[in-house]
Amino acid sequence: MSESLFGEDVIVRTIARLVAPFIQLFGLYVLMHGHVSPGGGFQAGVIIASSFILLALALGLPESKERFKKTIRLPMESSGPLIFALIGVTCILAGGYYLQYGIAFLFPPAVVSAILISAVEIGIGITVLAMIVTIFYAMAGD
Amino acid sequence: MVNFGFLLGHYNYWAVVVLFLIGLYAMIVKKNLIKKFMGLNIMDTSIFLFYISMGDVEGGVSPIIAHGGGSDVIYVNPLPSVLILTAIVVAISTTALALSLIIKIYEEYGTLDSDRLVELM
Amino acid sequence: MKIIPSIFILFIGVMLAAAVAGMPEFGDPNSPANTHIVPYYRENSLEETGVTEIVTSIVVSYRGYDTFGEVTVIFTAGTGVIALLGRK
Repeated sequence: MSESLFGEDVIVRTIARLVAPFIQLFGLYVLMHGHVSPGGGFQAGVIIASSFILLALALGLPESKERFKKTIRLPMESSGPLIFALIGVTCILAGGYYLQYGIAFLFPPAVVSAILISAVEIGIGITVLAMIVTIFYAMAGD
Repeated sequence: MVNFGFLLGHYNYWAVVVLFLIGLYAMIVKKNLIKKFMGLNIMDTSIFLFYISMGDVEGGVSPIIAHGGGSDVIYVNPLPSVLILTAIVVAISTTALALSLIIKIYEEYGTLDSDRLVELM
Repeated sequence: MKIIPSIFILFIGVMLAAAVAGMPEFGDPNSPANTHIVPYYRENSLEETGVTEIVTSIVVSYRGYDTFGEVTVIFTAGTGVIALLGRK
């Protein structure tokens, strides 16, 4: 699937190009509000990945890959588990158990816990985003 | 005499049972590997529906603690949502892996019919 | 329509229907699933995790190991897809 599914259709190409940034913005909103409203890392990762899939369907696979290069995807895929594990180890170093976020460090435990939970969500979102896009590119062929 | 109260009070379980049986039928009877896998996904969906509907509470709202929310607010059960979030991700992962295996099988043997594959192997 | 698979499916269906008879009603607040540990989360999750959404607090904090395994699962699945199809 090297060509676009819709050929050179001006309406589809223009609308996809215009809508994709807003989908990504909505994904970032879902990611950053995961602790006060429905959402979180998994949902946000899939939403942002869907914008790249939309671009691949409307503009063709090479143009979608141009916007999300392999050199960026490769570190993103593995950084999520790394961020998660590092935060867990940080909790040990701060005197808690592995992944016990409620540690008192500069702020009260509840505030630290909320910050660390947001950081973990961001790590999950990065991995899910990169992995879904990579799986789509691998299955879509060259 | 049919007990309609019982049937109506458990209608979510009937939907789950029907979905589960549709998925199982597709997995057993269909010869195409992709159709078999779609059957597995339908069975997955029935299990998700089973868990989520079991956590419903009558008159409950979504489990988000409003600022200073009182104790009289009824929340639905958050635990099934959490478990199913995990299950959905695992289902996506198995789907991706199985579909790529199916792509490789088709490249190698040129067919997806399970009977033909048994003969060819 | 295959005969033997249909009989098997019907048999499974009858067993599942018999199991439904022992389940709590839809929306029952006193069912075992709604009374075991969930009241604890409802009371304490805001103080213990500082997160107003109970689902997120359970996903990332109470069941953090579970979620860590989940991230590993999707990472492994992606690795498997790349190993099978090649990185394009």
